This record gives sequence, structure tokens and C-alpha cells, in this order.
Amino acid sequence: MKAVYILWLRQLKRYFRSKSRIIGSLGQPILFLVALGFGFGPIYAKAGGGDYIQFLAPGIIAMSTLFTATFMGIELIWDKEFGFLKETLVAPVSRMKIMIGRTLGGATVAVLQGLIVLVISLPIGFRPNWVALPLAILFLILIAVIFTAFGTAIAAKMEDMHGFQLIVNFLLMPLFFLSGAIFPINGAPNAIKTIVMINPLTHGVDGLRTALTGTVGMGIAVDLLILTGVTILFVTIGSYLFSKVEI
Amino acid sequence: MEEEKIIIVKNLTKKYKDFKAVDNISFEVRKGQIFGFLGPNGAGKSTTIKMLTTLLHPNSGEMSIDGKNPVTSSDAVRKSFGIVFQDPSLDDELTAWENMEYHGVLYSIPKPLRRQRIEQLLNIVELWERKDELVKRFSGGMKRRLEIARGLLHHPKVLFLDEPTLGLDPQTRNNIWEHIKGLNKKEGITVFFTTHYMEEADRVASYICIIDHGKIVSQGTPEELKKQTKTKSLEDAFIKLTGKKIREEEANPMDNLRMRRRVFGGRR
Repeated sequence: MKAVYILWLRQLKRYFRSKSRIIGSLGQPILFLVALGFGFGPIYAKAGGGDYIQFLAPGIIAMSTLFTATFMGIELIWDKEFGFLKETLVAPVSRMKIMIGRTLGGATVAVLQGLIVLVISLPIGFRPNWVALPLAILFLILIAVIFTAFGTAIAAKMEDMHGFQLIVNFLLMPLFFLSGAIFPINGAPNAIKTIVMINPLTHGVDGLRTALTGTVGMGIAVDLLILTGVTILFVTIGSYLFSKVEI
Repeated sequence: MEEEKIIIVKNLTKKYKDFKAVDNISFEVRKGQIFGFLGPNGAGKSTTIKMLTTLLHPNSGEMSIDGKNPVTSSDAVRKSFGIVFQDPSLDDELTAWENMEYHGVLYSIPKPLRRQRIEQLLNIVELWERKDELVKRFSGGMKRRLEIARGLLHHPKVLFLDEPTLGLDPQTRNNIWEHIKGLNKKEGITVFFTTHYMEEADRVASYICIIDHGKIVSQGTPEELKKQTKTKSLEDAFIKLTGKKIREEEANPMDNLRMRRRVFGGRR
């Protein structure tokens, strides 16, 4: 267990030491909150949706957790050749423990990043229901674990960083835009709706939004159940592919 | 008295599809030897090291390190060797001390012993004064020294060094070999290394094994190799044994990464 702890601690230390990275990764969520929030806010209100920031903020919080988590997983590609990974693979520690330590570390960082965005959304006008914060954090943890494992699985199969843009544009962006993070899915065409419903992030966003703003979505229990199932699935796939990594 | 054999490799083969990276090789390393494993690019050096250090499984053949089998008892083998990889494997965002400490935890060395050895080793490689600095501020030579110290923390019986002096200036190379030779003499650690610098191999190795196209082409002391090929230097002996043809390895994705790293000075 000490090995898992030390691998987790390592990722946290790296995170807190790279201030430029923390600030850099906040640029996109801030832009989305400000540009979309103030841009679409009046239209959303006119359409009878109410306060758009209340709707948007949980989506953007989920987005930053999604991106941070996936990148933490994908970092494995660099780590394979130029990092600490080789050192851990020749150490008398099982692959399973290495995978758990890495995933927990990456997920913790992603949750922290989501919480920072939550704080940033306050001056922009977001008014969350603080009582349900623990529930919101639970959803953030599930999103973070799922996508750290997802990133690890991709990285285990990828040989270099060339496919990186591909992943951002064809996986992460669609996952985000088709998750109900920035628009309500009720009015969308059926084809889009279907995609949205099978997107695990949808349930993360929905759960987070329900917890933080009290709006009724697909139901907390349903969201939790689906996310837990996906977590088990992705962590299993990630661990399997990680156990096959050869360097 | 027969000297003890610490590494035994017998008929070892590793295939990638139809390509035999390592083709039925056999050799032995004696305890306390400084063993040079030489060969042109793509000869099979790194593949052999990866198999010995439990990172790759062979297709056939046998290996043992300190009497243990890397395939079947990988954790026991992992405890008995230390390694310095060709590419850095330190965490640049951590301090020198943290890199050592984490290694100690991964190898389950009890805390008091760990702390004591870290201080001792960092003093040996002359980095104790800078133990609290982030590794990214270190020069190439300092990083290498730290990696060597780290590789020794769990008191391995064998130290693998994959091109430990690549890209370092003569002063630093000299300094690093002084450290390694000292450890070999004082602690009796067996050293298994690869290099492209033949005069370096000539100076430090007590025994040399030359591999080419996945096969062992010759082995012996540097003197024996020179005598056998009727050449004056190990470099000439090496060229005579492996030919003058330049090995055009196809760039693999890792080479591309390495290149980018060089261009951008490393992301971390």
C-alpha cells in the first residue's frame, strides 16, 4: 500500500509544483464560462430557461475534470520513455498497484481542478447549493477516475504523441459538447439525444448539476449507477492494457 | 577456485514477428566483473537488457540473475539488480532526495535504513548538498550520477548501465566511471554496461561480449579480442568483427519522441 501512496503523492507534488500548468489549464474553462455564460445568457433567459450560469457552470466544472483526467492518463506516453514509469516497472511492485497509484493520483488532480473551476464560477454568478457539495464531489471523483483510466488505456496503445490532436478533437471535444454540458438535451433531435444518452459524461454532468443546483434531471440514483458501472468497466480495461505495456 | 557466475544466459531468443532481435545467445557474467556488452545500433543490446531486467519476456531460452529466473520470479530478480536506462527515468519535478526516497519506498527499504543509505549514496556521488533541488535544474552529468545512486539504493548485486555516458563530456564521463569503478571494487557490485565509446569499454571492462544481428560474434577480455582480430585497439577489433556497414535503423516512434524532446528541451 505504501507503493500506491507514494505514486499518488508523486502526482500531487508534481501538480502543485507546476503553477503554470494549473493556471494554463484554467484558461479554457474561464473562457467558456465568460463567453458562453454572458453570450448565451440573455437568449437562454428569453427562451424561458432561467439563469444560464446556473445551468452552464456544472457543465464547465465537469469539462475541466474530463480534460485534466484524460491528460493525466495520456501522460503515460511520455512517462513510458522519459519518465518515472520505467523506474516503477522494474521495481518489485505489481503492475496493478502502479496502475492504482497512477489513476488515483491523476483523478485527485482532476477533482482539484474541477473544484478550482467551481470557485472561479462564483464571481461569474454561479450560486451552488453548498449542502450537496459532498455529493457533487462524489460525481467529480467518478468522472475523474473514469477518464484517467480512459486516458491510460489510450496511452497504453499509443506509440507517440502524434495522435494527441486526434484524441482531443475526435474524442474529448465530442464527449464534452454532446454531454448536455452547455445546452439542454430535451429539444435536440433523436439521433443526437441517443449519442448524448450513451455518453458517460452526460451522467456525470447531470449528477453534478442536480447536486449543485437542485434541478431535476435523469435522477441521481440512475446517474450514480451508470457512472459506477462505467468506472468499473474503464478501470478494468485500463488495468488490462496497462499490464500489457511493453517498453 | 571457480568464480561464481551471477548472470547466466543460455540460448536466449526474442522474436518480433519474423525478425529475430536476439537470436539464440549464450553468455555468462562472473561476480564482480565489469562486463561490457557491445554492438552496433539495433544489434540486440537493449532487448537483451530488457529481458534480463524483467521488462520483456523471451520467446525461448533460459536466464538467471543471482540464481533467480527473471520470468518466473520477477520480484526477486528486481530486488537484486539496479539499472540506469538509456533515457532518463528520474522525475524532474521532484527533488533529488525525493527521487531517492520514492525509490526506497518502492523497494520497501525500512525508513531508518533508507534515510541512512540515501545520505551515504548522495555523498558518494557528490549531490548531498543539492539534495533539495528539483532534478530539472540538474545538468546531464548530475542526473546520471543521481540515477546511479538511485540504482544502488536497494544494494543490488548487479548494476545494469545502458549507455551511461551518452552525450556527456569527457570530464563527466571520467568522473562517472571513477564512481562506478570505486563501487565495483569496494562493494563488489557486478557491472553490466553497454556503450558506443570503444576506448571507454577498453579502459573499464574486464570482460567484453560483442553482439551483432542478434548473435554473439565474439567474447573475451579486451586483450583477447585484440589478439584474436590482430588489431591494436578495441575500436579496430570491433569494426573487424562487426563490419564497416552503417546500420540504417528505421526510426521508430520512440526515436521521434527523443528527437522532439531534444528540440524542445524536454517538456518537464
